[in-house]
Amino acid sequence: MTTLLKLTGLKKHFGGLWASNGIDLELRAGELHALIGPNGAGKTTLIHLISGALRADEGGIEFAGENVATLTMHQRVALGLTRSYQITSIFPQLSALENVRLAVQSRRRDWGSSFRFWRRAGMETAMTVEADEWLGRVGLESRAGVHAADLSHGEQRCLELAMALATRPRLLLLDEPMAGMGSEESERMAALIASLKGEITLLMVEHDMDIVFRLADRISVLVGGRIVASGLPETVRDDLEVRRAYLGDEVAA
Amino acid sequence: MKRSNLLLDPLLLVAAIALPFGLQAIGAEFYIGFATRVLIFALAASSLNLVVGYGGMVAFGHAAFFGLGAYVVALLMGQQITSAWIAWPVAMLVAGLAALLVGALSLRTRGVYFIMITLAFAQMLYYLVISMPQTGGDDGLPLPSRSQLAPFDLQDDLSFYFAALALLAAALFALKRMAESRFGHALAGLRQNETRMEALGYPVFGLKLACFVIAGAGAGLAGALMVNQTGLASPNQLYWTQSGTLLVMVILGGVGYRHGGLVGALALLGLEEALAEFTLHGQFFVGLVLLAVVFFAPKGLAGLWKRQP
Amino acid sequence: MTQLILEQGLNGLQFGLMLFLLAAGLTLVFGIMDMIHLSHGSLYMGGAYLAALVAERTGSFWIGLAGAVLGMAVIGALLELAVLRHLYRRDHLSQVLATFALILLANEAVRMLFGAQPMMLNAPASLAGPAEFAGFSYPAYRLLIIGVGLAVAAFLWWLVTRTRVGMWVRAGASNREMTEAMGVPVKRLFTGIFVLSAALCAVAGGLLGPLLAVQVGMGENILILAFVVIVIGGIGSIRGALVGSLLVGMADTLGRALLPTLLRSVASSEIASSLGPAIASILIYLLMAAVLFWKPTGLFPAR
Repeated sequence: MTTLLKLTGLKKHFGGLWASNGIDLELRAGELHALIGPNGAGKTTLIHLISGALRADEGGIEFAGENVATLTMHQRVALGLTRSYQITSIFPQLSALENVRLAVQSRRRDWGSSFRFWRRAGMETAMTVEADEWLGRVGLESRAGVHAADLSHGEQRCLELAMALATRPRLLLLDEPMAGMGSEESERMAALIASLKGEITLLMVEHDMDIVFRLADRISVLVGGRIVASGLPETVRDDLEVRRAYLGDEVAA
Repeated sequence: MKRSNLLLDPLLLVAAIALPFGLQAIGAEFYIGFATRVLIFALAASSLNLVVGYGGMVAFGHAAFFGLGAYVVALLMGQQITSAWIAWPVAMLVAGLAALLVGALSLRTRGVYFIMITLAFAQMLYYLVISMPQTGGDDGLPLPSRSQLAPFDLQDDLSFYFAALALLAAALFALKRMAESRFGHALAGLRQNETRMEALGYPVFGLKLACFVIAGAGAGLAGALMVNQTGLASPNQLYWTQSGTLLVMVILGGVGYRHGGLVGALALLGLEEALAEFTLHGQFFVGLVLLAVVFFAPKGLAGLWKRQP
Repeated sequence: MTQLILEQGLNGLQFGLMLFLLAAGLTLVFGIMDMIHLSHGSLYMGGAYLAALVAERTGSFWIGLAGAVLGMAVIGALLELAVLRHLYRRDHLSQVLATFALILLANEAVRMLFGAQPMMLNAPASLAGPAEFAGFSYPAYRLLIIGVGLAVAAFLWWLVTRTRVGMWVRAGASNREMTEAMGVPVKRLFTGIFVLSAALCAVAGGLLGPLLAVQVGMGENILILAFVVIVIGGIGSIRGALVGSLLVGMADTLGRALLPTLLRSVASSEIASSLGPAIASILIYLLMAAVLFWKPTGLFPAR
């Protein structure tokens, strides 16, 4: 059971506020690890720190044995560390297919550099074919030619996921993948995520406890910038009951 | 939409080739110089369009690269290097290097700061040039004769027009290929959602810098043509209002539209020329027209007839 | 030598304070309205011309100055209501196009009304001579400028830190959406800010008129300096505008006066005579680059 991601004493402050106050966490390769906690606990900040959007003030981040704390975001993506966004972040004026193809094109190790100025990218059928496959994986194959801005919210979340997957990550950081989705769409997304288990290591931030306890291999609870509980779902559930007694419904928000 | 695209370029080219002969036929030969000027500014504006429209970066110092190209050719001429085959590529190289330097320092900022810092760098060059006797100070550097583009004779206005036309056509074609290339697609992603491009693993800084450098080199080439057209490398070509004029041409023509630079240069220069026939205060009406475009044609003139760039 | 340094230092202070009058308004427009306002220099030019016109008609410098302030305040209000108000929500490029158009309109309008020759604006006769103090002699008029500049700076400080309107301005500079959401009358505030900046430009234009030429295009030259000031000082910050203006004013004036001499004492005279003025003229841009390198959003960013 190899450790893919290791966080040690991660700290980040904004002015006087310590959004991350000494976070220790270990992710095992191949697992689906859920990150839960009340609003304001620092979950998104943690995702920013791991992905490289923010630099930590203190602490270490080890990915597949390498220290990545000083690497830029795009350098981490090249190593296989990708994130998706809680607030959908896509390319609104491009079609769904073009969105995913951009994600495919980013993989320098497979396709070479993007600094190619002459040949028509549209003629590179292999990239287009792969983009189509990813769209199929998330169930959007019939919507390939539609402008991303015209897709429904749920479809956009699926596109968001397809783009992240197209970078072929080893570790995927999912920031509330089900955000704003209705129950049917959430079910489909949950099934999709479940199908990824084993292929990719996933760190998922989620509020829906049902889904969390159904999908997660292990769960960590983040409160006030610190991990207060971490382990198998049953263990954490029991722990949560205890905490709810002390802290009220805050913890299981 | 693809069909009209295919027809437009050849049509424009044919019209542009026929133009000087038409002007000769109606005895209006002196307008060939004006037409050449439009082509040169179209090249400069198109290079800026690459940065602003395709790259999504509002740069306010493009006159620096334009003027630099002019000065390089004039300086080389002073050193007896008269061949355009040498001087013009050198002008592009120097302008490109300057863009590399300015870009490397400026692209770390964004928004209003980026606009201001590019503006300031161009002003820096302006002040350097007017305070050094080697560059002619306030008066600039004259170009005693046009560059030699053997086997063509650029002293002949007609030949010079065609040289400028050939270069503009090549540049617009290159812009087309670039837009459809991997690089172009990456730029499209950049200007729509830079954060996501970073999150997908694209070297965002490098992409922007490459765009900036290519545009700088293009402006340098336009500058080389300009000094040949006017016979003088003047510090006015470096003053910040010149950067403003180029930017205005791009916006007027249509940011991100491939012909935006051409349409903008033609519209602005054409308007000024037409107004000069009637009044000394043409700039007033130019100002009114520009305001009208801001409020009634927000995507520029090209945007009036084509919906998406 | 000390005489020279003192004199140039005061010149730098005087120039810096006038720059502050321009930069203060500009930094608020950039910072609160997030608007690229290229025609700010035209307000300054308008102030100078109005002052010259009224002074000529009435024979009094002071009435000229007052007329300029009132006139530009009105013009500023009209401009904001008619044109600029519609630009706040637009993208930066549209703002560039529109305000560039305004520069063309302003320059040409001035040419049409006043002709292409520069206009004369004379300092008040009572201040035409030098003032003597502590064995040192300095033009009285320039001392006046320093005095007015300090008074206006004090007034602005009071306005921004001690009044409710000032609080709104500071809130707007750090978070516009929040300010709107809290019920601050944003539209009127914006008009007010613009009128204030026009008035400040008029004061600067009227005061500097006797020293610099009152001519078409004078706005564009000083505008670029104002841009440098607000980038150094931090967009949206009056304090930054003051510090930035003083830095730029001092660096530019002292640099031009002293650098060639300094260089000549360390390097050969050929190098010094060409390099000296060159470096002096780009000194403030180097200063800006240095500040940005160390603090990318300026010295006192409002956000």
